[in-house]
Parts: sequence; C-alpha cells; structure tokens
Amino acid sequence: MNVTLRVWRQKNSKTPGRFVEYQAKNIIPDMSFLEMLDVVNEDLIARGEEPIAFDSDCREGICGKCSAVVNGVPHGGHRGTTVCQLHMRHFKDGDRIVIEPWRATAFPVIKDLVVDRSAFDRIIQASGFISVSTGQAPEANSISIPRVVAERAMDAAACIGCGACVAACKNASAMLFVAAKNAHLGLLPQGQAERYRRAFTLVKAMDEAGFGSCTNTNSCEAVCPKEISVEFIARLNRDYAVALLRGSGREAASSAD
Amino acid sequence: MKLDPKIPSGPLQQKWERYRLEMKLVNPANKRKFDVIVVGSGLAGASAAASLAELGYNVKCFCFHDSPRRAHSIAAQGGINAAKNYQNDGDSIYRLFYDTIKGGDFRAREANVYRLAQVSVNIIDQCVAQGVPFAREYGGALANRSFGGAQVSRTFYARGQTGQQLLIGAYQALQRQVGLGRCQMLPMTEMLDLVVIDGQARGIVTRNLATGEIASHAADAVVLATGGYGNVFYLSTNAKTCNVTATFRAFKRGAAFANPCYTQIHPTCIPVSGDYQSKLTLMSESLRNDGRVWVPKSKEDTRPPNQIPEADRDYYLERKYPSYGNLAPRDIASRAAKEVCDEGRGVGPGGKGVYLDFAHAIGRLGEKEIRERYGNLFEMYERITGEDGYKTPMRIYPAVHYTMGGTWVDYNLMSTLDGLFVIGEANFSDHGANRLGASALMQGLADGYFVLPNTLGNYFASSKQSKISHSHSEFRKTEDEVKARLQRLLSIRGRRTVNSFHRELGKLMWDKCGMARNEKGLSEALQRIPALRQEFWENVNVLGEGGELNQSLEHAGRLADFLEFAELLCLDALTRAESCGGHFREEFQTEDGEALRSDERFAFVSAWEYQGPDTRPVLHKEPLVYEEVKMTQRSYK
Amino acid sequence: MTSFSALYDSTLGKKYIMALTGAGLFGFVVVHMLGNLQLFLGPEPLNRYAVFLKSKPGLLWGARLGLLLLVFLHILTAVQLTLRNRAARPEKYDRSKPYRASYASRTLFLGGLALFAFVVYHLMHFTVGTVDPSYLKLRDAANRHDVYRMTILGFSHPGVSAFYIACMAVLCLHLSHGVGSAFQSIGFKNKQTAVWIDRVSKILGVVVFLGNSSMPLAVLAGILR
Repeated sequence: MNVTLRVWRQKNSKTPGRFVEYQAKNIIPDMSFLEMLDVVNEDLIARGEEPIAFDSDCREGICGKCSAVVNGVPHGGHRGTTVCQLHMRHFKDGDRIVIEPWRATAFPVIKDLVVDRSAFDRIIQASGFISVSTGQAPEANSISIPRVVAERAMDAAACIGCGACVAACKNASAMLFVAAKNAHLGLLPQGQAERYRRAFTLVKAMDEAGFGSCTNTNSCEAVCPKEISVEFIARLNRDYAVALLRGSGREAASSAD
Repeated sequence: MKLDPKIPSGPLQQKWERYRLEMKLVNPANKRKFDVIVVGSGLAGASAAASLAELGYNVKCFCFHDSPRRAHSIAAQGGINAAKNYQNDGDSIYRLFYDTIKGGDFRAREANVYRLAQVSVNIIDQCVAQGVPFAREYGGALANRSFGGAQVSRTFYARGQTGQQLLIGAYQALQRQVGLGRCQMLPMTEMLDLVVIDGQARGIVTRNLATGEIASHAADAVVLATGGYGNVFYLSTNAKTCNVTATFRAFKRGAAFANPCYTQIHPTCIPVSGDYQSKLTLMSESLRNDGRVWVPKSKEDTRPPNQIPEADRDYYLERKYPSYGNLAPRDIASRAAKEVCDEGRGVGPGGKGVYLDFAHAIGRLGEKEIRERYGNLFEMYERITGEDGYKTPMRIYPAVHYTMGGTWVDYNLMSTLDGLFVIGEANFSDHGANRLGASALMQGLADGYFVLPNTLGNYFASSKQSKISHSHSEFRKTEDEVKARLQRLLSIRGRRTVNSFHRELGKLMWDKCGMARNEKGLSEALQRIPALRQEFWENVNVLGEGGELNQSLEHAGRLADFLEFAELLCLDALTRAESCGGHFREEFQTEDGEALRSDERFAFVSAWEYQGPDTRPVLHKEPLVYEEVKMTQRSYK
Repeated sequence: MTSFSALYDSTLGKKYIMALTGAGLFGFVVVHMLGNLQLFLGPEPLNRYAVFLKSKPGLLWGARLGLLLLVFLHILTAVQLTLRNRAARPEKYDRSKPYRASYASRTLFLGGLALFAFVVYHLMHFTVGTVDPSYLKLRDAANRHDVYRMTILGFSHPGVSAFYIACMAVLCLHLSHGVGSAFQSIGFKNKQTAVWIDRVSKILGVVVFLGNSSMPLAVLAGILR
C-alpha cells in the first residue's frame, strides 16, 4: 500500500521547523510504523536527502525511547501500544499520516522528531528514589508486603518514561509521570520514611522543569502505553497536601545538601 | 600478554571472603581524589556508578541514550536468580553455582561463578530495599518461580518486566547520586575510543550525539558496562543501538577479547516477516510450558495449520527428547527448529518458523486459564503479527539473544589493560559457553553493586596512578583519530546506505556463524567479511554533518566496528573445534546430534590479542581449572 | 520554603486553591438557587426571604466580601495556571483537539470567563440595577422590595431569558467537570469512587442547569406572572 506522510522536519532546537510531505510506497501491512519510516529513510538517502531523525531503541515497547505523535495522538492511539509496536495494518492505502514530535517547552526538539526529555531525569534526581545505599539493605523477606500493595506499586512502576502523557496533555503537564513515581515508591513500606518529603520535592522539580498544571482532562491516561491510571494523580495530590500540612517543604529545604 | 586470572587461593567457598579480608582499602577521605569513568548505564553500569559514588569516588557516568533508563537491560522479561532457598526446595549457593557452571557447559571460571552465586542473595535484598516491586505471595513474602528448566524455584520476578524494574531501581540509585552532586551523568554521549597512557587505561574520547562535540575525559580507572554484541547479526532481540564499539575499541587498545563465538540463540522469538524487518521480538520461554512445538511432516504440506490432521504433524521436540519434550534447553530447541526448517518443513513467510500450538492446552485447561497465564504474550503476538494465538497456532523461530563472550577480565573484573574494568554482559566471565535463563540480570547487578566496588578500591589502593589531565597529548592524538574517522565516514558519499551493509553482514553471520557452524562456512565468512568491509569504506553513504544529531553517522561508526569484530567472532568459532553451549560446530556432534565437547583440547578461555589492522590476532589460552566440579556431558534426553 | 508559600507557588497548591474556592462558589450557587426557587411559592415567601437576607448588613457584607474573595482567588489562580499551561505548550499540534479529553474539560477556562461576564451582568441586572434602575424601586403590599415582581419583569424579555439559559448551560458544563475535578485535585478520588464522583458531578451540573433555567422558562411560558 501507499501512504502520504506529512512529517515535521526541524534541523535543531534553534531553527524553526516545518512540515514536509513524503510518499511512502509499497508499504507492507505487517511492517511496524517505524519500519515504514526506515523504508522512507532508505529512499531519502538514496535520493541524497537527509533521513528523518526519530528516536527508537528496543522496538518492543519497553525502553520508552520511541516518541512520535501520529495524526495528533502520541503513539498513534492504540490501547497499550507504543509507536514502535504500532503496525501498518491499522492504516489504509492512500491514508495521509501526520507525524510530529512531542511538543512541550520542557521537551525541546533536538532534531526532527527527536526531543530532549532530560527534564524527567531531573525530576527523578530530585527525589524519585528510596534513599538506600548499596549494602544497607535488610534481609528481603523481613519486609512483608501484601500482594495487592505490591501489585498496585507495580501498576505505577510500569511507567516507561516515554513522555506521551506530557505530549497528550493540552497543558503539557507531567503529572501522570510524577504521580506514577510517587505512587510506586509511596505505596511500598520501604518508601514510607521519605513519602511526604518525596511528594513535595517531586512536585517542586516538576514545576521548575516548566511543565504545565493538571486540569484533569485524562488525555494522559488515554495515551499511556502502560495504561497507568489517573488515580495515582489523586494520590499525589493527597500526599502533597499532607506534605504541606506537615511542613515537609521546610524539612526538604533544610536537609538538602 | 600474560593472562593471570588472579584467583585468590584457598577453598572455593572462602575465596571471596578471603579476598575481601586481604584487599587493600582506600582511606575514606582519599576516595574523592579518584576519578572513575563508567561507560554505560544498564544494570551493571548504573549499579556500579551509584555504588562507587556512594563510596565517595568521583564518578562520571556516560550513556548514549537521552536518559540512563533506556539501557537495554530494561527489556529483560523473565526474572533474576538468587540462591535464597525461600521455597525450601533444596536450593543453595552451591547448587546455583553448580547449575551455572553446568549450564555454561563447563567453560566458565569456577571462582567467578561461585562468587556470583554468593552475592546473588544480597542483590535481592538490595533491590527490595530500593523499592523493586517483586511479585509477592498473599502472605506478603516474595514469590518465586522455576525458570529455564531449573529444578528449584529460585527466580524472582516482577510480572514480565523484571529487567525494567531492576533497571529502574539501579537508575534511581544512580540519579540519587547525580542529584547529590556525587556523580556526573553525561547522557547522549558516546564513547568512541579508549585512551591508554603508559599501559594504563586513563580515559575516553566521546562524541556528544546532540551537538557532535568531541571531548576527552581523564580518570584513574575506566569501567566499561556496554553490553553485548548480538547486533553483529543485524537481526537479534537486542535493541537497535546495542553495539560492540566500546569493548572493540578497548580490544584495539590492548584489552584481550574472550570467547567471542559464544553467542546465545533464544528459541521463542516471533519470526521474520519480511526483508524490512528491523529487529526481532522475544516471547517469554514460559510459553513452552503449555505450548507444543510442531511442523508438518511433509514439506509439500501447505494447508493452514488447523486443517493439518494430527497424523500429518511432527511434534519433533517431543519425538527427539521424550523426557524434556517441549522444555528442552534453549540451544537444543533452537537447533531442532533450524533442522526442520532446513529440511524445508518450516512454516510462515520464507519458511523460517515452526508452530507453537496451544490448542491442546486450551482443550485441557480452557481458554480462560491460558489467558490468565500468558494473556500479555498473546496480546504482544497479536500486536506484531495480527494473528490470534488462541485460534491459530503461533509461529516462532530462534533469534540471537545474548552474547556470553566479551572482554577478558580477571577475578577483579579488570581486563588485560591496567585500570580498565569490564562488567556485565560486556565481559566474558560468568556464563561460560551458554547462559541460563534469569542469570544475566543477576550477573550485571552482582558486578555493579557488590564486586566492582570492592575490587576497584583494591586496585586504587595497591597500584600507583600519576595524575593525568585530559589535556595530555595522548588525548589530543586520540581525539584527532576519532575526528578523522568520522570525517572519513562523512566524506565517502557512496551509493549504499549504512543499513544495507548491516543487513548484509547480519545475514552472512547468521548463515555462516549462527545456530550451527562448520569449517567451510566459517572460512567462507572469513573471506567475505574483509571484502564487505572494504566495500563499506568505499561505498557507504552517510549524509548530513558531524556537528549535530546524525543517526546515520552513529550507526556507520558502530557498523564499522562490527565489520571488524565479525571477523574475530568467526575466527574464534573456527579455532574452537568442538561444540559447547551456544557454540555448535556441525563436525563435532554425538550420534544423536548433540554437542560434543572436547575437554582435553578446549578446556580453556580463548583470549584474543589485537595485532594491528588486517593482521590476525593472537590467541592466548587461560586454562580452566576445575577444583570443585567434575566435567560431565549434558544430557536432556 | 514554607507550606504557605508552597501552597501558592506550586501548581498543586494552586489546584487546591482552585478546588476549595470552587467548592465554596459551588455551595453558593446551590444555596442561591434554592433560595431563588421560592419564586415558585409566590411573592410572599420570596420577598420575605429577601428581607431576611438583608436584615443583618454585617453578615450580608461579610458574605458578599467572602464571595468576592472566592471569585477573585478562583479567577486569579485560573488565569495564572492557564498562562503557565499555555507557556508549557507554545507550539500546537497539527490537529489541536486533545485526545479523549471531554469538551467540558477542554473549555473550563473559557467557560469560566464567560461565567464571570454573566455574573457581572447578573449583578447589574438584579442587584445594582444598572440595567433598569426602576427594578429596585418596586414595592409589594407590605412595602418590601418586590423581588418577585422584579424577577418576573426581568425574565419577561425573551432575549434576556435566553441569555440566562445559555449561561446556565455554560455553568452546567463548568460544574460537570469542575466538581469532579475538585475531588481529584484535593486527592479525594480513587478508582472505585472516581466513577461515582464523575457521575454525581455531571448530575449536579444538570440539576443546577434545570433548577436555574426553570425560572426564566416558567416566566416565558406564562406559568409565573
């Protein structure tokens, strides 16, 4: 089948970008979306044009590196599917497909469809962890964790840090990402000691990174390839409120070294 | 070059303890005076960088991804082994050690493997404390499952995302150190060469992938945690950017490369669907617990699977291996699939596939039960192939999955180059000729959390490093070489894409040096690789500039190293005239077609020393001395 | 950073302000509607209620100032958040409609601005009397301000009534997302309660719409005269 692509091309973060149209010919329905782009790129190189830069690595939906907005929807809009796992059989011959990068101030474009998501790393650096150094751990089974708690923590921990939640949100808010990390660690007994301080510091780092605020539209949940629930956002809101009441902010400020 | 494994003396069980008692320590106040470079941020790299920074060393960690969390450790599904014996089923450190040695077909170093089994228990403690949400029993205790044919349940897991969860644990520990300012993280920075001064590894030259800037970084020790080389086959279960560049550059600078021919093929991958295929996807081996593997008896049979009656099906694993049946080990199941496909009985596009049929299991247990056990895998299969595995048999085919070979290291995990340490999949040390399921995660974390932080301190305390800055002339020289090489790639402007060369190399390697190898094929590959390499350097087309993000240029540089490394791999496979583990030489098999080891002639580690361009590397042998275990032949009949 | 400044400086703190002021305003909307629905009981109860409200000027002005503060905070915070959100996504997508986000959630801010304009008109209409000063001079038999007559007169203009009803539709949309959203923002939601909170939120929006719109409709239909 043949499809027309309307692709965002941008040389670097300083140069403004624009849409360019390409014809993708002889596409086989069993191809993945990124394999289709591979084919287009091979053609472009043969014609002496620079290939489209796009991110991908594992191509099995777990590394979180691939990132493209397909027809207005991050990852293309199939339940629980990253764009690397999206297949061309979901498109029809003659379709026109618009491909864009994640768009957010906090995720500046590096080139074409590749964006800089280091803002997520900075959030984790602030407090997305349990402070335990190598060797400090007690015997693993001395911490008993009810199965339901472990499973819920795992639901949140499944986040792959792809940034689709930010890309989908009309406010480019990172709440789902931050809430997932807060819930993963805050649900587990090991994470209780730092629970409120963590919530406070995560939110501070998120705000400093320039993400928007959450207006509860739930677009993030709809595009999340790991189907992470917005209920974790309510949990973050709750933890943050407790943090304010307890004065965790002062505690966080005084213990930062 | 002299290979000294530096195995501590004393009984096997006490070697590690004795080592730690006798090792020299660095004064806490002095630790920050030592600069350490860690290249790679997967399980091994992230855990090492975090642990070293916690100890107080001055750490710089590099990864070529936009974030350390993208490292390919993240894709490991199954689980992580540890000799906790929580199930009271007779597991012990010794049993895990023995299983690993036996699984590796008696080609691993005893002392290293025993240490691995010892620290395995600490890994689980550490990961739980970090918040890794391992599966739990209703009572709140950790759950275990048996994996990869092990007779005990010692595998810990977090759904089908164990690698992801362990990596996130290590990544968070690393980010904590970055946030505290004790470790500097340099993402999107690829190591392109190693700098050796007076016989010591003293730093690296890197390229910033976003800006193209070439920079030098000096240190007192360099740690490579850069993973395996499975992508020399182009199609593998490895991520697209996995490559051999770091360890191969180190090889060219004098670090011996060990056992490159030990590559593992995984039997349950989704088959290739066309020439455009960019990578292969693994499905958990657990599928073989309930699925039955078969092909049509006749190669003329083109009927859809559901219309082929039982009498015309060949359940070849059950036929050949009545006691293990569909659960035969990875290498055996893989070769059996290749055999039937070579006979022309393969199914699916190109005839490269066999059926994995759940009809009987569904009949026996009901679709609901199968859905509960493997629902996510069936979904994944449908997402990729568009076929419903509940209604029609799945198609599977083996694919390259893991590489046991790697940089030669001694007991300290130090290579033949002073100050160059290599950890995780990038080294050769613990899996011998074949890796058992759920052992890769264990080894990566063992090296990073518990082994390297000890041995690196011992190195600093017992050897002398002069202070060297990155303005040393050797850095300038290496930088110039790196720049010249990049410039050369950009200036060829030939007619073929990087990818087309990679595909060709991969096909050649898979055909001649894949699941089964023979002298004729390997000799042919050794002829053709240099020719392909030459064509690459004359006819590759890399567009764009070096001063910005240029994915073709990155790929070209990595492929250039694969094109040299492939020769080393084939040479090693040719030299090792025996079959063992993942290395199967057709000339050396038993009457039943099983791997035939030759312990008298090949009970050694092959460590290759670089001799210069287009010169055959020299083989050094580290004899494998087994003090504890007796070598036996594997049998899964 | 102290908790108080964090409340104001962080996006989450601002959302608490939005939720809490919104809850206060919603409470007022409900009480105001219930009071006004006395219109259907005839002039006597309504006019008596109006006198009662004005009998304690201290309380009245206290309540008015309180409401004013709520409105001010609600709008100020909304403007600040919206500016921040726009800055977070300066470049729009080729297709601007966010995925799976409800119409109500996407139009919350614009709807809010429209409601503010409505409130200003509403005050000019019935409280300050800018629209028609004679409304404030109406007296009933007991020489009280004839609120009943004022309302009937006010709503007998079809255009005015249509405007009121349209604004109540906007309010309905605003509340149907806003009430549930407030629960989410203060963290009072989980997977089990979310369905019910969202459902009740929509129902309340419709109830307020029907309750408030019933008055101009009844006047136009000649049921109230």
